[in-house]
Amino acid sequence: MKTSGILRNCLAVLATLLLPATTLAAEDGKLKVGFMLPYSGTYASLGHAITNGFKQHVDELGGKMGGRTVEYVTVDDESDPAKATENAGKLIKRDKVDVIVGTVHSGVALAMTRVARETNTLLINPNAGADEITGALCAPNVFRVSFSAWQPSYAMGNVMLERKHKNVVTLTWKYSFGEQSVAAFKEAFEKGGGKVVKEMTLPFPNTEFQPYLTEIAALKPDAVFVFFSGAGAVKFVKDYVAAGLKTSIPLYGPGFLTDGTLEAMGDAGNGLLTTLHYADGLDNAKDKAFRTRYAITYKMQPDVFAVQGYDAAQLLAAGVAGVKGDLGKRAEMVNVMETAKIDSPRGAFQLSKAHNPIQDIYLRKVEGRENKVISVVSKALTDPARGCKM
Amino acid sequence: MTRFFRTFPMIAALAVLLVFPMFGQIFYTELVAKTLILAIFAMSLDLLVGYTGLVSFGHAAYFGIAAYAIPLLTPAGAVNAIWWILPVSVLAAALAALLIGVFVLRTKGIYFIMVTLAFAQMAFFLFHDTDLGGGSDGIFLNSKPTVTVFGLEALTLENPTHIYYFVLALTVSVYLLLRWLLKTSFGHILIGIRSNEHRMVAMGYNTFHYKLAIFTIAGALAGLAGFLQVVLTGFVTPEMLAWHQSGNVLLVVILGGIGTLIGPVLGAFTFIALQEFAQGLVDRWQLVMGIFIILVVFALPGGLAAIPARLRRRLVKGADND
Amino acid sequence: MDIVSLLIQTLNAVQYGLVLFLLASGLTLIFGIMRIINLAHGSFYMIGAYMAFGLSSGITETLPAMIAVGLILSFFIGFILEWVFYAFLYQREHLEQVLLTYGLILVFEELRSILFGNDVLGVAVPEALAGSIPLTATLSYPVYRIFISAACLIMAGLLYYLIRHTRLGMMIRAGSHDRNMVQALGINIDLLFRIVFALGFMLAAFSGMISAPMTSVSPGMGNQVLIISFVVVVIGGIGSVGGAMVAAMVIAFADVFGKLLVPAYAGMFVYLVMALVLLWRPEGIFRKG
Repeated sequence: MKTSGILRNCLAVLATLLLPATTLAAEDGKLKVGFMLPYSGTYASLGHAITNGFKQHVDELGGKMGGRTVEYVTVDDESDPAKATENAGKLIKRDKVDVIVGTVHSGVALAMTRVARETNTLLINPNAGADEITGALCAPNVFRVSFSAWQPSYAMGNVMLERKHKNVVTLTWKYSFGEQSVAAFKEAFEKGGGKVVKEMTLPFPNTEFQPYLTEIAALKPDAVFVFFSGAGAVKFVKDYVAAGLKTSIPLYGPGFLTDGTLEAMGDAGNGLLTTLHYADGLDNAKDKAFRTRYAITYKMQPDVFAVQGYDAAQLLAAGVAGVKGDLGKRAEMVNVMETAKIDSPRGAFQLSKAHNPIQDIYLRKVEGRENKVISVVSKALTDPARGCKM
Repeated sequence: MTRFFRTFPMIAALAVLLVFPMFGQIFYTELVAKTLILAIFAMSLDLLVGYTGLVSFGHAAYFGIAAYAIPLLTPAGAVNAIWWILPVSVLAAALAALLIGVFVLRTKGIYFIMVTLAFAQMAFFLFHDTDLGGGSDGIFLNSKPTVTVFGLEALTLENPTHIYYFVLALTVSVYLLLRWLLKTSFGHILIGIRSNEHRMVAMGYNTFHYKLAIFTIAGALAGLAGFLQVVLTGFVTPEMLAWHQSGNVLLVVILGGIGTLIGPVLGAFTFIALQEFAQGLVDRWQLVMGIFIILVVFALPGGLAAIPARLRRRLVKGADND
Repeated sequence: MDIVSLLIQTLNAVQYGLVLFLLASGLTLIFGIMRIINLAHGSFYMIGAYMAFGLSSGITETLPAMIAVGLILSFFIGFILEWVFYAFLYQREHLEQVLLTYGLILVFEELRSILFGNDVLGVAVPEALAGSIPLTATLSYPVYRIFISAACLIMAGLLYYLIRHTRLGMMIRAGSHDRNMVQALGINIDLLFRIVFALGFMLAAFSGMISAPMTSVSPGMGNQVLIISFVVVVIGGIGSVGGAMVAAMVIAFADVFGKLLVPAYAGMFVYLVMALVLLWRPEGIFRKG
């Protein structure tokens, strides 16, 4: 009798030690936001930019949404898909968050989306562009405030047609985001009568581009379309310029090629044309206010990822305010979010039926260290959301 | 008496594990399940590293191959009985280990480490670069395998608690199986190979066959761990075969102490607990992890499993000094 | 593929091979003489690249000065690292070396993040080397790549001279064959190891430094070169600098022509070549076995 009592006490102590979160979750009145973003490794700076942008809007709201104080829980997703389910589970099952905001890496985001669907957790995706997230995997509780891989690349197809390019070579890493980008480009480009002469891929994250540059020089296409990002984008553009190809064969790509990479590229990036849903020098008051405030708060310039984080907060705030903080009214909240007009620094947008932004895609040109806006290529471009049954 | 002291902590630990889901949150139940899976994975690697002296740096390959076998063998939406899907995916891992083993076991030492890595990298790129298994995005399981006994559904693997007990039962079985295996003459021959392969050859043993056998068994058990991992997460990704994964499990084995069966289990629990603790810090958690690992090397040769022996030695020494 | 393209691709492969050789040379030196599996080798490369970034932004403007300062600095860092961490590893098993050097990767990566942040950074190509030489009507070859090749060749030459024709080299050779003999001859093996290690570190850092203007300086860059350097070292035969050169070429040609001939399997191809070479010669190309 006595021993079993002690045993039970021990177990209870053990249980309380292990479960600090249960007591926390019991507190009412707070709105728990779970950030599942990369805070270490290659994408760490993107994770931080998204977090900063999100918090900036929450601060503008005085730290509250729908009358509830916003509280953050953070998990480093390490951009590792193998840990994605577990990390999402951590936020949902341990920390009992009201909403998850994440992430950058598409593979991780796909896994998160699955978990969110299974557990019916509200998920706001502030970056990862895999088409499926608002395509085959679309769900009432899954939102994306960034872009689909399809959007900027499809728009680029039209840009290159307008610029009278006929034969184009494409190059990207062999992984799904790159392949989706190329597919979207090809769709628009070949629909308009262009021809993709050769689709080349290299193993991710290999950056020995020289053999491909030689191949491109031999094929002599009218232009080249690539998807690369981060350090790979820097090296590719530098190599492309150094091989003397930039002057004879123009290079295009979705905006990730020149976003967050221009400083490292130096002058190599000058004059490159890319497409994205955001640009420097947009003529709208919202953007100016956003940028000024961001620069003051964080002592650095915001980028597209900060904008996406900011808009994630705007979308959530709209939903929470719509139900006056009562997250129990999920259907109503989703309804509000679906119809909300997000006054984004990129230009106002609304969500499509599949919960992806219907947004303008800008053509931008690299001038100095900025991606200066040239024109709107595609007005209110809607992702086709293939496979979405919503 | 010593026997009692040796087995008592294990029985107590098992008892705690048995009642754990009644107290723990679902998240922790799943976390412990994940830890047990890592323990199986690490035990399988320890068969090679600790018992036979073969340091494999590509063990994640078999973990991942078995994992991929599930979605590849079960067309979308089909609900499948575990009684055939489990053995078949473990068999797939065993077969891969057998095939690769024939090649890699010709090399020794550091070369063995690197050739096992090379084959694992090939397997990684096979799944990452080709459409065979959904490419870099991986594949999701539409439904988990069913466990039916005499036509009745005994366990639903959609339920975390059921998975937990399923994993626990298998962990204990694997542990007992290996304890038995290592006590047979087969086990003794393996240990003989580790300490002096030339002698074993001189004694007339075809050591290659024994090494191939244990390499295959280790691959199969790594496959079992991979299978369970997929049952737990419902998701297969090429990262499961990445070299970090092979590195991590090696880390777990070393942390726990090589050449023991309980070492990898202790290592798994310590590794996961440490990771959970460090990740709670969010910022700079890898720094904490890195420093801890370095300290382990300096302060804990022989891993965690060697602590009791070290303590005993110190106590005996202390008694002598008195 | 026409003959001109073939020649240019061959040039690409040779150039890539030289870079790989430089990457791997430090590793094979440390491996060969000290029998230490150094997973942190990629971090050394990263340290070199960040050093180039740090030095070029403000402290020294000219390339020779930067390289000189960088080399001295990295020799010093390597010396200290051996003293504090690696010296403890000689008596330990390969496994513990793997563990410790893995821990070091995490520490270096976080220190990098604390000191330099997580952005992708760039180092400008020195103006004197910024030009290109036209090869065909559309394609030209950057002078900086030629400079890198030359630097790699000079390093290879210096290493060859050091190992074949100096007293230190003699000790290194003797040490890699028979450690006990060297010790018996009354040579200060601790100091010898420390110097060799510092040299190995310096080589890795140097390749990071001169690669920085061509690539970029970014988180995780060390991990990307780690595995490939191991592949080169093992194929070449552990401890053989000449072997590393041959292996680097084998791997570079496999990579370049693998990408062109079997693009879908390019990722696997390098490892396939490695596996085949080791099945043919289980101890690497340049090991008598």
